[in-house]
Amino acid sequence: MGIKWNEIFVGGDPLLVGSQIAIVLTVVAIVVGLTYFKKWGWLWREWLTTVDHKKIGIMYILSGVLMFFRGGMDGLLMKAQTARPEMNFLDAQHYNEIFTTHGVIMILFMAMPFLIGLMNVVVPLQIGARDVAFPQLNALSFWLFFSGAMLFNISFVVGGSPDAGWTSYFPLAGKEFSPGIGNNYYAIALQIAGLGTLMTGINFIVTILKMRAPGMTLMKMPMFTWTTFITSIIIVAAFPIFTVALALMTFDRLYGTHFFTLSSGGSDMLWANLFWLWGHPEVYIVILPAFGIFSEVIATFSRKTLFGYTSMVVSIVGIAFLSMIVWVHHFYTMDAGPAVNSFFSITTMLIAVPTGVKIFNWLFTMRKGRIQFTTAMLWALAFVPNFVIGGVTGVMLAMAAADFQYHNTLFLVAHFHYVLIPGVVFAVFAGLYYWWPKMFGFMLNEKLGKYHFWLFTIGFNVTFMPMFFLGLKGAVRRAYTYSAESGFAPLFLVSAIGSIILAIGFAVFCYNIYWSFRYAKRNVFHDPWDARTLEWMTASPVQFYNFAVVPEVKQLDAFWHMKKRGETLTLKESDIKKIHMPSNSGLPFYMAVVFGITGFFLVFEAHIAAAVAAIGIVVGLIIRSFDYNDGYYVSVDEIKETERTWRNVEGGTENHVG
Amino acid sequence: MEHKSKYPVSHVVGFLFSLVLTFVAVFVALKMNVSYTIVMWIIGSLAVLQAGLQLFMFMHVTEGEDGKTNVINMAYAAFVAIVIVAGSIWVLTSGHAAH
Ligand code: HEM
Ligand SMILES: [Cu+2]
Repeated sequence: MGIKWNEIFVGGDPLLVGSQIAIVLTVVAIVVGLTYFKKWGWLWREWLTTVDHKKIGIMYILSGVLMFFRGGMDGLLMKAQTARPEMNFLDAQHYNEIFTTHGVIMILFMAMPFLIGLMNVVVPLQIGARDVAFPQLNALSFWLFFSGAMLFNISFVVGGSPDAGWTSYFPLAGKEFSPGIGNNYYAIALQIAGLGTLMTGINFIVTILKMRAPGMTLMKMPMFTWTTFITSIIIVAAFPIFTVALALMTFDRLYGTHFFTLSSGGSDMLWANLFWLWGHPEVYIVILPAFGIFSEVIATFSRKTLFGYTSMVVSIVGIAFLSMIVWVHHFYTMDAGPAVNSFFSITTMLIAVPTGVKIFNWLFTMRKGRIQFTTAMLWALAFVPNFVIGGVTGVMLAMAAADFQYHNTLFLVAHFHYVLIPGVVFAVFAGLYYWWPKMFGFMLNEKLGKYHFWLFTIGFNVTFMPMFFLGLKGAVRRAYTYSAESGFAPLFLVSAIGSIILAIGFAVFCYNIYWSFRYAKRNVFHDPWDARTLEWMTASPVQFYNFAVVPEVKQLDAFWHMKKRGETLTLKESDIKKIHMPSNSGLPFYMAVVFGITGFFLVFEAHIAAAVAAIGIVVGLIIRSFDYNDGYYVSVDEIKETERTWRNVEGGTENHVG
Repeated sequence: MEHKSKYPVSHVVGFLFSLVLTFVAVFVALKMNVSYTIVMWIIGSLAVLQAGLQLFMFMHVTEGEDGKTNVINMAYAAFVAIVIVAGSIWVLTSGHAAH
């Protein structure tokens, strides 16, 4: 089969050997734990085969936490290496691998699953649906994403990591300059995960178009649902570009074609072009749901309807168009001439307009509101000024002529961290603190939450603010070290110290999850924040069928108005009808396994083995085609039983609007 | 839900036609002895043809009850396709990138 086993396990480096041992020990611990506590059956029935959007969402979020840990470790290693001039902690090759895996993991395996996880948990509830349109497809999406993520993650101990940057530009990423198998991981793992994302996009478009509760017209949808909808559309528009680009990359690397090579008529710039045709929309794919989260959080804790709802909708729809026509700003320095660069400069500056509109909408929502400083709201408040720094430096970079100076420096690195961390990470934290009780039936500790918040935001600014100035002084990105004479040392040191504060903040978050699981008060009120949208109308944690009776929507902020009218939880038992639910299926998990195995063989260029494994994929498709399981019905008695348990909980039927 | 196990004729036909069109394109590009421009025009037309075919055979454009959504969808898809194809050609054939 052509596999060279001695190439597979990367050895030698103490850091790597340490990680290998840690991984093996963790796996052993998990297996022993599951067996000891007899949890295998539970794991299979409740999680691995589930098609429940809430559980799938939770699995996405859990993966996001894990991947944040991995990506964050990479970030810390880089910060440690550059803390002092001419350090010998990581060598050049190792640094290359680490910024590559850091970038890929943070964007594709941390930001995406966190957001898709929240979308999964919240959107069906917000529109009053019982699940997404295609529940089993949804499970397949998750498992393909997970399979791709795991395949990518083993690269650093099995065969070597990709090392050509998260952008994997050709010709460097091609076979001539990167002959090892590391970059195969990039091409194949991202392909598998990308398939999952594409299906998520389709699933949510259909869900939002077809499954809204009666009365909920498009313009009565909560803002998070709107942003999810537009995000899904951008996913469907942009991900196929990446799919094709990765496929061509795979052909180039595995089968000797010449799409992107320097020789034989290939075009290396075609890769950069296709990558950013996907890559820029991808930025909006991660930022739009985050904007939706902030909108919900700000409206709830300002106790007001979102200001300028219509202008908000118009601006996100505008972004769906504009985000497709700005991609060249990532490679002005390729110099496609003044006409091209000017065009893309202008579109890039234009896209700042709808974003600016939103910022003002949030500010006006807060104006004269009775603001409650919960942890979720703190993240939203901190987001505004931090994100504005990212946005303003973005407009600086948008000017093609000026970009020739900033390009490839740490100024750029600081800029996109100021966009991605306040824009995505703060949003995810806000969303987690806000929706946690909906997911688990208990709150995250607010006091620990505030420690988490302050450590993280301060650490973030101390880490990345110096990088703007380092960049302006000429420090290039992706360089593993610098000389003492450069004068960069003090700022690099400050930045490294900041990253430790940041990491402590994240540790407090993990501790908060642990603490709350053990000690937080159970049986929280189903609407603990006195919120405005339908997800708060049902139990916490949500019963598997979501709503005993599908609510009727009359206006925006439907639940808020229901509370005002005092019609909240008066459920006539005669209204209850039996509910149709989808059955669990082990097929998505099976598909993840065969995709993972096929991918693994492809990475090692074991073509025959890969072809054999791929038969498993086809078998899965065939089984699915002949699957006539239409789900099952939940009986009226069971629903009554379930509803009685939570509607009697303290204050269950009270209305809480002042 | 009922499932009439009707044989999916249009899918099979669409699939076979797609295969044929793809192989014709491969043949034109690799085996036919005509100028580069002509090859480009032929395989470009075949691609458009195949996209149209799939719209009818796989995507059921004619069957949906929701006409407005369909129109918006297709307009956006056309916009995206034009941006990708025309945009890439423009970017990659101007300025330094062309040389
Ligand atoms: C948690 C704290 C984080 C730290 C300490 C950190 C640190 C760094 C460092 C030091 C670099 C490389 C700079 C260089 O070029 O030498 C980098 C690159 C990068 N980071 Fe982060 N980062 C963090 C979070 C994030 C997050 C949340 C995201 C995205 C959501 C992200 C995305 C990226 C990307 C895309 C790159 C570029 C990789 C490349 O050059 O190919 N980072 N980061
Ligand atoms: Cu961009």
